[in-house]
Amino acid sequence: MNTLIFRTIAPYVSALMVLFSIFVLLRGHNEPGGGFIGGLIAASALAIYGIACGVASVRRAIVFHPMSLAAFGLLIAALAGVPSVLFRQSYMTSQWLSLKLFDVTVDLSTPMVFDIGVYFVVVGAIASIALALEERESD
Amino acid sequence: MAGSSTSVDIANAMHVAPVAIADWLVIMPSFVTIAGGAICLMLRKNTKVQPFVGIGFLTLLVAVNILLMAHVIQHGVITMVMGNWLPPFGIAFTVDALGATLSLIASIVAFCAGVYGSVTVDNTNRRYGFYPFLLFLLTGVSGAFLTGDVFNLYVWFEVLLISSYGLLVLGNERPQLDGSVKYGILNLIGTNLFLISTGLIYGMFGTLNMADLTQKIAALDPADYGPLSTIAALYLLAFAMKAAAFPVNFWLPASYHTPNIVVSAVFAGLLTKVGVYALLRIFVLLLPVARSNMSEIIVFLAIATQIMGALGALAQNRLNNMLGYLVIAGIGSMLGGIAVGTQHAISSTIFYAVHSILVMTGLYLVAGMMQMLNGSYELRKLGGLYVINPALAAVFLILSLSASGLPPFSGFWAKMMLVDSAFEASHPILAASYLISGFLTMVAIGRVWSFAFWRGGPEGTPDGKVAPAVAETSGKLPFALWLPVLILTGIVVYTGLQPELLMELVLRGANGVVEPMGYLRSVFGDPS
Repeated sequence: MNTLIFRTIAPYVSALMVLFSIFVLLRGHNEPGGGFIGGLIAASALAIYGIACGVASVRRAIVFHPMSLAAFGLLIAALAGVPSVLFRQSYMTSQWLSLKLFDVTVDLSTPMVFDIGVYFVVVGAIASIALALEERESD
Repeated sequence: MAGSSTSVDIANAMHVAPVAIADWLVIMPSFVTIAGGAICLMLRKNTKVQPFVGIGFLTLLVAVNILLMAHVIQHGVITMVMGNWLPPFGIAFTVDALGATLSLIASIVAFCAGVYGSVTVDNTNRRYGFYPFLLFLLTGVSGAFLTGDVFNLYVWFEVLLISSYGLLVLGNERPQLDGSVKYGILNLIGTNLFLISTGLIYGMFGTLNMADLTQKIAALDPADYGPLSTIAALYLLAFAMKAAAFPVNFWLPASYHTPNIVVSAVFAGLLTKVGVYALLRIFVLLLPVARSNMSEIIVFLAIATQIMGALGALAQNRLNNMLGYLVIAGIGSMLGGIAVGTQHAISSTIFYAVHSILVMTGLYLVAGMMQMLNGSYELRKLGGLYVINPALAAVFLILSLSASGLPPFSGFWAKMMLVDSAFEASHPILAASYLISGFLTMVAIGRVWSFAFWRGGPEGTPDGKVAPAVAETSGKLPFALWLPVLILTGIVVYTGLQPELLMELVLRGANGVVEPMGYLRSVFGDPS
């Protein structure tokens, strides 16, 4: 895709989308959203960046191979169920930690860790498919 | 619910009693393989390290399965509900002797495949993810054996199918793509039928927990049994597809010979048996009435599958294709036990499943070694192996005699129990079909024996001459190929000579599905 406007704007759009995807990921615990949809948004950000600036620069930008990201996500999602062993509860029982930071309560929880895992799985899997397709096109 | 404040008694919905650490063993086989698969996937590019990590996790898998087995033997059926939600709301993992036995055997087979694959899977295919796929396959297989929830069973089926698609196309050759398309399409239809019937059963009973379903179905008024028979028929078709029973078995011989031999070995050992396991769970535990109504149909399917499988094996000219048909013949025998449905028959089915997992995997692995020495799977091109490698001949003979049900190996006890149970339930034709398929298997195996081992070399070698092995092997095979084959053969010989241990296990396993009191108590606690 060789329009000047698109190439100029794409990096900013991608950055915004990644930011937004993280917002959606974290917001998902009380409201609609979460890891899956956040992951999709982030993957589309990578896809847009790839269309504008080439797949090679996307691969450089995300450092790790997308499949490794997906595997990492799977690993932390699986591990997110483990902390309940300390409380003599079943696998995947949610554990909550409420932190008070400057008069704001921040609820941290194992479901959030699980969701972050889902996020990475979705980003990794979709991005590796998208990048593979885009690569074919440019060959 | 917004705005209304209600005080909730959490004990009604959640498990409040502390969970014993040992109960965590229930999820460990799936957990270890997911974590291991993820780590292997991250190390995908590092082809030197991968086998070590992969085999390490497979060893760990065998270890946790042994512990799980010990725990189940000691404490009976154990249940763990995810997220502490009480059943039937939470997804339960419920492990009885049946699940634990099959899970252990599956992990041993996977370990063998991992070791064997360290030689036969080249760097390219390691990079494309042989070890991650193998581990994820085992996630699905162990999950299916250990779960106590019908929908969850479906999910684990999907996990193992997706991994199996990956393993099947590994290598990317033309016949593989052809085989994968057939395998993929038929399995997609099968899983869809499984999902549809699961949806129907949920619509009828509002629950998918196996223990809960068992109770609700048992309490059902016989007048309302109509829809359930339909559901049972759908399940039968779905799982018969998975298990490659006649007449939906054509995908197996069309696909199992295409991938790397170690992949075929794992598939032959595990995948069809997961279908048989699902039949056992759904038909014997959940729908005993439907099973006895459909008994005659299943008997017919069992006989047809056995005879078709054995005849198909006779007709093949390639070693690996022939083994595919032997897998099918074995499936027929297991179906026969399910058709009869007495406790004795079910325990013989489980015995046969364990035997078949070990023997079929072993035979495929041995076939791979024969191919390495002779350079082909074509029966016409095999020959002289007895002189080239007598030890291989011995192992092949043991495994194949066991496959056809001759003493003193594991297959003999399996067949004997099946025949016995068929006579007990006055199904003489079924009993005869076990023996006939055993005999035909023997003939098919004898054909391979005389071609590959007895004669001096490939077709055209003059009498009294011995053709040499393929040059690069010079008749020797690396230890990493021998180890898995010897482990499997060792277990086959051991269960042949000392069947009591396995008998005890399968008896408990069969008890658990035929008389599910222990299973129900484990999920819902003691009736108060």
